[in-house]
Amino acid sequence: MAILANKKVVIIGDRDGIPGPAIEECIKTSGAEVVFSSTECFV
Amino acid sequence: MNSVLIGSAYVLAHVPDMVLHNGTTQTTEKIVNPDSEYLKKLPNHLRSYDDTLYYPPNQTYIGGITPKELGEIPSPWYNQKLDNADRFGKFGEIIPQEEFYLLMQACDAFDLVMLEAEFVSKTKPQFEKHPLFDESITARVKAGVEQAAIDAALSNGAEGLYSNNQIVGCVKKAHDLDVNLNAEVILENLVSKASCVLSLLHLTKNTAINKNEIDLVIDCSEEACGDMNQRGGGNMAKAAAEIAGFTNATGSDLRAFCAAPVHALIHAAALVKSGTYKNVVVAAGGSTAKLGMNGKDHVKKDLPVMEDVVGSFAVLISENDGINPEILSEYTGRHSVGSGSSPQAVITALVGDPLDKMAIKITDVDKYSVEMQNPDITKSAGAGDVPQANYKMIGALAVKRGELERTELGNFIKKHGMVGWAPTQGHIPSGIPYLGFAQQDIMDGHIKNCLFIGKGSLFLGRMTNLFDGCSIMIQKNGAKQGSQVTKEEAAISESEIKALIAETMREFANSLLK
Repeated sequence: MAILANKKVVIIGDRDGIPGPAIEECIKTSGAEVVFSSTECFV
Repeated sequence: MNSVLIGSAYVLAHVPDMVLHNGTTQTTEKIVNPDSEYLKKLPNHLRSYDDTLYYPPNQTYIGGITPKELGEIPSPWYNQKLDNADRFGKFGEIIPQEEFYLLMQACDAFDLVMLEAEFVSKTKPQFEKHPLFDESITARVKAGVEQAAIDAALSNGAEGLYSNNQIVGCVKKAHDLDVNLNAEVILENLVSKASCVLSLLHLTKNTAINKNEIDLVIDCSEEACGDMNQRGGGNMAKAAAEIAGFTNATGSDLRAFCAAPVHALIHAAALVKSGTYKNVVVAAGGSTAKLGMNGKDHVKKDLPVMEDVVGSFAVLISENDGINPEILSEYTGRHSVGSGSSPQAVITALVGDPLDKMAIKITDVDKYSVEMQNPDITKSAGAGDVPQANYKMIGALAVKRGELERTELGNFIKKHGMVGWAPTQGHIPSGIPYLGFAQQDIMDGHIKNCLFIGKGSLFLGRMTNLFDGCSIMIQKNGAKQGSQVTKEEAAISESEIKALIAETMREFANSLLK
């Protein structure tokens, strides 16, 4: 996750895969800044 | 006593012209990129009625073939045609677009649907032959109007109804200013209502219930009807029940995006079990907005546009008759506000928790009915195979709980899962497509139980970031429930202990007498 340190991150999660908030929790530990997070439904 | 599942109905309406004119992917494209290659190519990718009829997943939806039989046909299925296919299946039918327009007019209570006279005279004879349309339905179809009257309405905000891309009618706006009653919304709602009504009629036939004995209809579709002062006021359920002739029924709408059908099933099962109502119907019409939703990918890959049908369903929940499968409303799974959004948290809430309450293992459930989207549609659009993804997550939870060997994951999916067959109509694929087959499979002894899981994307309404989901089990009538089994086993142990003590006491008494 060190590769994400000091980076800005845009998250697009999948309702039937990994949703945005779950990815957001992981990203928080990487030192990156989440600038946008959303979950989309593709069905 | 638990309520039971009496019967089900499933209907598709093949509406290729509505793909072009009412699907939001297309209506949006017309605004932002009106000369796009996609819009030019799209008409050549629409399927004929026969192509839709012989398409294996569609026949599965109406009960023409079983999910097992579908699974035996090599996929992708878009190039596969069944040798035999009928408009009417065990559960319902695939109604052609032109007859569906007449049904929309029959469902219109405010003279908002106009159909061209020649179109009506050409289509009505076939419409009147429908085995479920009696005089109460057919008499609602009007003689038709001149093309000039339709043109005038179209220039005043009406939405066109097309056949082979030619205007054959229109849906007028119901208010001059209120956007909630504009022609687009009225058309969407009439399509939902008409498709729902057709499922209600098939349900009446499939269950042989007297229409007058139905107490309540719960509509769990994804449309909202109302006006500027109560945008989602409702009540689609009662409106559909009226046309279907359910004279003694009332109705109410339940909304929870794609999770609504399973929520409604839980409500219906509990209302019957509590004695509030004897016969409750859970039903939903389909959605025009989702027609051609993944059309851009299908056209890009030179495939037919497979989202060319509106789906609907209806199921009847009644008091326990000692025969039909029981609905275990005491043991629901629910994704709560605090459940969390990780896949593990979601599957634990929807599968692990209710099974823990029943004191049974994930492998004790014979079938899981999850999001049953047809993978032909989703895989070609890059969204993967949704049912398979769900089964993998359930299997992974079983491995984590020590109830399944990791190496058995593939077999678990084969044994406890199914291929998907439902059109991507949001609430329509969500758990409920298997209800009809589940009843049959339980009655025939192929399975003893099935867990129905519904999931909903609440975040799309922008009121919360939360996801939603719930689940409920259906099992063979009279079979012991998980915790009952545990209690009875405990009760047997207790009686055995009593018998042992009694035996010891007798032996002791006998020894004193000697």
